[in-house]
Amino acid sequence: MYGKKVKIRAFFIILVFTSAILITFLVINSLKENVVFFKSPTDINNLNQIESKKIRVGGMVKKNSIEIENKNLKFVITDFKNEIIVTFSGAVPNLFEEGKGVVAEGYLEDRKYLKAEKILAKHDENYMPPEVKEAMQGN
Amino acid sequence: MLNYFNPSNTLKVINKLQKFIFALFIAVLILGLFEALVLSPEDYKQSDSVRIMYVHVPAAWISVGIFSVISILSFGILIFKNKNFILISKSLAPSGFVFNIIALVTGSIWGKPTWGTWWAWDARITSMLLLAVFYLMFMLSWKIFEDEKKSIKLSSYIAIFGLINVPIIKFSVDWWSTLHQPSSINVFKETTIHSTMLMPLGIMTAAFALFSILIFLMKYHTELLKIKNKGLDRL
Repeated sequence: MYGKKVKIRAFFIILVFTSAILITFLVINSLKENVVFFKSPTDINNLNQIESKKIRVGGMVKKNSIEIENKNLKFVITDFKNEIIVTFSGAVPNLFEEGKGVVAEGYLEDRKYLKAEKILAKHDENYMPPEVKEAMQGN
Repeated sequence: MLNYFNPSNTLKVINKLQKFIFALFIAVLILGLFEALVLSPEDYKQSDSVRIMYVHVPAAWISVGIFSVISILSFGILIFKNKNFILISKSLAPSGFVFNIIALVTGSIWGKPTWGTWWAWDARITSMLLLAVFYLMFMLSWKIFEDEKKSIKLSSYIAIFGLINVPIIKFSVDWWSTLHQPSSINVFKETTIHSTMLMPLGIMTAAFALFSILIFLMKYHTELLKIKNKGLDRL
């Protein structure tokens, strides 16, 4: 069997490691608000106070909600519980589309309205060839 | 298997193994690239930019995998003072670091046309960057001390602290809202990558794994030579 020294070392290392895990957990838990990349429309709706700093809101682009007037874009982000209207002028990423994920970065006017300065497309984890997608929609 | 009392014998075996793995790597890489760039279909949404996945995902897997191995070996180093583990973990680090950088860079290149940004401080990307920092600290810890014993201790502690980051990388996309999409390949849930795209992904992962084994063997060979030249008692 292993000597006494090995056992003490093992005990010490495991103690150090478990403490480190605990510290990491506590730090991350207290930083929860900052670890998330974006808030959902429901999170925004539950805000006590409208923040004046820059904020990111994410969710789905609501079907049939995109309106383009001149160079101004208006659409609705939904998480299927709450919605938020977003206005934006500028170029959007290729994957920006109705019914797909989106993250809008900008300033809140009120709980239902965001003036975006940047639009990011959030794509999902599904990968397939176009033919397969068509066949799936055919069903 | 490897006889350390006869280092020249081990060196010969490693030399032969290197040549064999190099040939295998080239063959698998050509097959993988042909699958990834020519045979595999384009994605319904991303069209051709999906092909970056065949470099990005295997590189990320390998870098996280290598770091996990280094960390587990480091427990052995700290507790049992295993000499061979020291050499193995030291030799594994460079290829893991290189694949980590490849994953970050290809991710950035992929992010621009799809998400619309080169970089986002979301949990997945930040924790991957942190892994690169851990790799860097691990490799630098071998260079900052004259006394090798100190290097061994410091590098092992860096590796076991870095291990805490590994599950954070894996589950970051499930625990928090991130720009990065959740994982497509799942053990308990349905895999959401079409089989025609899984093929090149698997082959490229094998190619990258072979490449890291090759780099590992070269580094391990050098470390053994160093010991041989110093005399075995120095180990």
